[in-house]
Amino acid sequence: MKHSFLDHYSEGNSLIHRLDPRTKLITSLLFILAVTSTPPTKWPAFAIYFCLIAILLFLSRVPALYVLKRSLVIMPFVLLIAIFIPFFKEGEVAGSYNIWLWQVSVTYSGLQVLWNVVIKAWLSILSLILLTSTTKFTSLLKGLEQLKMPRVMVMVLSFMYRYLFVLVDEVMRMKQARDSRNFGKQQRMRTVANMIGTLFIRSYERGERVYAAMLARGFDGQMRTLDRLSFRKLDACFGTGFGLALILTNLLY
Amino acid sequence: MEEIIRLDNLSFCYPDGQAALNDISITIHQGESVAIIGANGAGKSTLLLHLNGILRSNGRVKVLGRTVEDKNLRWIRSRVGLVFQNPDDQLFSPTVFDDVAFAPINMGYCEDEVRQCVTTALERVGMAGYQSRSPHHLSVGEKKRVAIATVLSMSLQILVIDEPTSNLDPASKWSLIELLKGLPITKVIATHDLELAQALCRRVIVLDGGYIVADDAADRILDNKRLLAAHGLAPAEVA
Ligand SMILES: Nc1ncnc2c1ncn2[C@@H]1O[C@H](COP(=O)(O)OP(=O)(O)OP(=O)(O)O)[C@@H](O)[C@H]1O
Ligand SMILES: [Mg+2]
Repeated sequence: MKHSFLDHYSEGNSLIHRLDPRTKLITSLLFILAVTSTPPTKWPAFAIYFCLIAILLFLSRVPALYVLKRSLVIMPFVLLIAIFIPFFKEGEVAGSYNIWLWQVSVTYSGLQVLWNVVIKAWLSILSLILLTSTTKFTSLLKGLEQLKMPRVMVMVLSFMYRYLFVLVDEVMRMKQARDSRNFGKQQRMRTVANMIGTLFIRSYERGERVYAAMLARGFDGQMRTLDRLSFRKLDACFGTGFGLALILTNLLY
Repeated sequence: MEEIIRLDNLSFCYPDGQAALNDISITIHQGESVAIIGANGAGKSTLLLHLNGILRSNGRVKVLGRTVEDKNLRWIRSRVGLVFQNPDDQLFSPTVFDDVAFAPINMGYCEDEVRQCVTTALERVGMAGYQSRSPHHLSVGEKKRVAIATVLSMSLQILVIDEPTSNLDPASKWSLIELLKGLPITKVIATHDLELAQALCRRVIVLDGGYIVADDAADRILDNKRLLAAHGLAPAEVA
């Protein structure tokens, strides 16, 4: 079975796609830093951040609808955390309701925090979507490695990338096998629990076999790699340009 | 002829008590191609894992004149290429390049040498141009070829390969057999595919329940239907 839900559209060839993954990683990180550290009252700054990211998305030629859909995926999580803030924050009351025995009131400052959390999360996720849909996962890993992220973590990520799909296939096969034998009856909790157990054991044993395959090719616990990324003028220009834009936005508004 | 692999009375039990190998003695010479055949669970994979010290029991394995033990492991593993039964275990890197480069990088080659090794290895298995593909997007046949390339990129003297033709369609199977035929090194092949054994090997060893039950010239074993049937390698009615 084939999957590519992790780095869809990363095969493109736009200006953004051609940037060095390190440039993209660092600028994304800077962007998120800038967004999260901007005080909620500076709303024009957020407008500018949005414009910046929109321009880059446009340049990357990743379909807008796809980006929008993906960015909405995190909203439930953000809302789940942030939705209660307006009720608990102290301050001027914007509205007050009686729900059964409870007296609930919403404050203006609370609403502002809610809005602020949502917009910051959304802008950050947009930048990450831009990053992942213009960079192949493998180059991303190389980038992380060369930015001196600990080797072990890069290895873990790369195994995740490699075996996620194998695991998904395994789950699908197990599901098919189960469904073809349970004759339309309700699924039982026990079957599901057994499947999870089996999956765990299978993954564990696969881990052992993969490790054996690594040993067989001279692995001795030390991780070695080749350098093969190129940091070009384009990257330098993009990096400084984008960094300046962020700093100016932060200072001016 | 130079003796290249020597097993003396090798026995092995898995930690759960399952006895997988019993009193195995084999000598393999330079340039031989040996098929190890046996039904499922006969102990073929277990035997192969002893040839480069992934599994070890009692120090009775000698490869290229050196005993398989800690101080020789690195040396031995750089000369014995072990291809696992399941290519999904063999290919663990995000790209084909990384996988084929894994061994030469671990051998401490410099960057140019590594690239050279990867290119040649992929060419030898007919997979040039696949360097940046992800292993999980390859077909089974392509995975098997890349899996072989991952060991050809070392300075090999012995190729040890487990079930090279399982899950392959006839066309891919025969092209893989041709590929293996063209590799001028000592080969140890575990399989239950008798056609493969016939096409590639002059010598065949039959395993059953962890014991060697026959070790002879290929045609003598492959023509002995009674023997094959008795050990689960041919239909029983022939016997
Ligand atoms: N990790 C393990 N733990 C315990 N027992 C094992 C393990 N791996 C294999 N065995 C047992 O050892 C015996 C030999 O297994 P082995 O995998 O070597 O057989 P095989 O000849 O390669 O079979 P196949 O043709 O199915 O690959 C079997 O009885 C098997 O159940
Ligand atoms: Mg096996």
